[in-house]
Amino acid sequence: MGQAYSTIAFDPAKCDGCGKCMTACASVKFDSTDTTRSLIQIVRSGGARIEPPRPGEFELALCRQCADPKCVTVCPAGALGKNGTTGVIDWDASKCVDCLLCTIGCTYAGIALDEHSGRVSKCDTCEGKPACVPACPTGALRHITTARIYNEVGSWEDLFAPGLAGCQGCNTELLMRHALRRVGPDTVLATPPGCVPGMGSVGFNGTTGTKVPVFHPLLTNTASMLAGVKRQYERVGRKVTAMAIAGDGGASDVGFQSLSGAAERGERILFMVVDNEGYMNTGMQRSSCTPYGAWTSTTPIGAHGRGKTQDAKNLPMIMVNHRCEYVATASTAYMEDLYEKLDKALAASERGFAYLHVYSPCTTGWRFQSALNIEVARKAVESNFVTLWEYTPEAGLHFTRPVDKPLPVADYLKAMGRFRHLSPEQVEHIQNKVAENLRFVRKIAEQADEQ
Amino acid sequence: MHTTDYLIAGSSHAALEAINAIRMHDGDGSITVVTRDPHRPYSPTVLPYVVSGRSTPERVFLRDDDFFTANKVDYRSGCALAGLDPAAHQARLADGSTIGYRKLLLATGASPIVPPIPGIERVDYHVLRTLDDATRLRAAMAASKNAVVLGAGLVGMHAAENLVKAGASVTIVEMSKQLTSGYFDEVAAGMIEQAFLGNGAKIRTGHRVVGLEPSADGATLKLDNGDTIPTDLLLVAVGVRPELGYLDGSGIATERGILVDDTMRTSAEDVWSAGDCAQARGFFTGTPVMNAILPDATLQGRIAGMAMAEDPGLKPYAGGLPLNTYHFFGRHAISVGSAAVPEGGRAQVRFDAASGRYLRAVFDRDERLTGIFGVNEFFDAGVMAQLILRRTDLGPLRERFFAQPLATGRELMSQLWR
Repeated sequence: MGQAYSTIAFDPAKCDGCGKCMTACASVKFDSTDTTRSLIQIVRSGGARIEPPRPGEFELALCRQCADPKCVTVCPAGALGKNGTTGVIDWDASKCVDCLLCTIGCTYAGIALDEHSGRVSKCDTCEGKPACVPACPTGALRHITTARIYNEVGSWEDLFAPGLAGCQGCNTELLMRHALRRVGPDTVLATPPGCVPGMGSVGFNGTTGTKVPVFHPLLTNTASMLAGVKRQYERVGRKVTAMAIAGDGGASDVGFQSLSGAAERGERILFMVVDNEGYMNTGMQRSSCTPYGAWTSTTPIGAHGRGKTQDAKNLPMIMVNHRCEYVATASTAYMEDLYEKLDKALAASERGFAYLHVYSPCTTGWRFQSALNIEVARKAVESNFVTLWEYTPEAGLHFTRPVDKPLPVADYLKAMGRFRHLSPEQVEHIQNKVAENLRFVRKIAEQADEQ
Repeated sequence: MHTTDYLIAGSSHAALEAINAIRMHDGDGSITVVTRDPHRPYSPTVLPYVVSGRSTPERVFLRDDDFFTANKVDYRSGCALAGLDPAAHQARLADGSTIGYRKLLLATGASPIVPPIPGIERVDYHVLRTLDDATRLRAAMAASKNAVVLGAGLVGMHAAENLVKAGASVTIVEMSKQLTSGYFDEVAAGMIEQAFLGNGAKIRTGHRVVGLEPSADGATLKLDNGDTIPTDLLLVAVGVRPELGYLDGSGIATERGILVDDTMRTSAEDVWSAGDCAQARGFFTGTPVMNAILPDATLQGRIAGMAMAEDPGLKPYAGGLPLNTYHFFGRHAISVGSAAVPEGGRAQVRFDAASGRYLRAVFDRDERLTGIFGVNEFFDAGVMAQLILRRTDLGPLRERFFAQPLATGRELMSQLWR
């Protein structure tokens, strides 16, 4: 398995050119106040120095730690090399002969001559703790460490059978495999009717689709069956994670009674809902999680029908009102966030009921291209259609990925076919609903802050 | 008879890049490398630094044995190519054995030109192209009091500086009117000349050596004007050219090098060529040129390897661009692109004698950059090369670009290909 690496990301829309990253770099790397020595260089476009600078006018020159580094290939002295562990292009000062050929190889101005030393200099990411990133006051620079997850997960055992039968582009396989890898082999898994068993968790030809015990409860009794299984294991003294991977239909509609009951009783269960906003496995019928205006096979578009006429139930907020040990929403567009929540949910499930609600765009039922799943998931968050937060009884509710400048919800709606028919009034309704939902969740979050 | 899927003749930059490219696409095909050199792979470009002592022979190798094991490469050093039969897909080696191949890459590099000076066969002289040459020259340099460097290209100049610093009296003899012609323009060459003169070197440009005689210390050179120069160390550095004797009878088309198309394919079926032995399309001329420089060798090797492995990601060669860096007496000179001013174009020059900063930029009639040269004037050479290769219109930015090539180049980079 290949190695993934951490990286420094730059968002030009947020950079106001303050130069604090360069000051930090020059100071840390050269003990100098001369920002021309900084290994990260912010470049203002237009070159004009008259008007005050505005965000969006700045770009950067910085070593990209290329996977296919040209500076390495043109080095005659073997002084540059890709570090397989850190991903950094390492420069060996003792081998370098100062020929500057690397500066010819690099088309990104990522390795350049430092006039003071007469030698080339390049970013080494400060051994994984880049000084420029915390110095950035606007959030334009971020250190993306998601790679850690993939590298770690890669070494954990995959507990699903190879080759699950999901629709092309579905992110649920990603979700299932990551979640089960994280939760580990000492798990009993419940997968009620829906896409997850449809993809093969319950198996084929008399064998299960998982390497852990899996059962297929009814839609109605998932949480209660799982609670019984968990209690029996506790009675015999075995430490086992009782986990459900259920769809939104099975959780919010017909399975809600047993879910609510288990949460109320504080059963020690990790309940993960994969919310694709409908009964997608059985032919895309509407559920109580289907949003207003969406096409489904039971909310058709025709002479009278204009999609679903009711708003979606906010199931995770309902779970907050059960005062569960842990409640969180997550998205596969934000894996680092998802993993942190998975860790917390797993720990919380040893004390009480842990509920994780993961938004899962459905390529087939929502009608978008199979390559765009993560993009659609990201737009849902960026438009505040979906908000990412977590709740514990002690700390209350906190946003984990607040969005400063949300996209208009129309940008999200346009990304898929199930909203194609919407009238401007319907779009306005949805935008208002997004605002109302946000106000509602925000109010709870503010109460947490007042504590 | 040994047979292999990919036979690669040569072991420097072009060959190594071809191995990488092949392995990116074909993890299993057998690769055999045969190379005349007795060592593990190294770069000829690093050799002047071995001579100066900046690097050492044991530290110059670009790959270790683990690389060849990991990449399943059968690496055979001291194993020169002697003949080719493209129709039979067979190569003959100097030891008389034969290797059958499915695809062949000729990346055999170039060898120093030894000019036909009367008497040269009777005197001891040095060249600098192999690691063994470098070791020998370094040993001789320590004892030299009176050195002569024949040829003022980058290899010769670099060696001359080393000799000066080692304490020898050094004379540089160059046939053309200026030093480093073909790399740097008159002004830059003048600065280089001043630096050498200031450090005690003697420079005899515009002169040919018409005779060589052995002497007690070494040799005596006779110049075309009748002057004689005694020397105890003669370095011949008048240029390189590929040695292509192994192609005799193969039918593979050559001019000054092995002629290749934009995927580095030669005129023969299943034979490719890359690096200093190949003659590929020049970016400016459109005709096949020799562009024996390191960056081009890596690029050509990559393309050849991808073509050999039938990698669908292959992008044809954009044409060779001259690219050079040169470090002399603490100063840096960088040249990117062509020094010649195209018809209807112009050259812009600025020189600050006090700081020794010199910049020359050449634009074509459409305000596109075609060449940029600097001494102690810093810009990102890789960014400049892209501006040229992308034929970027600098029209409205030209003045600012010339005033601040580093910042403006980075700004353009950000907008055009980040």
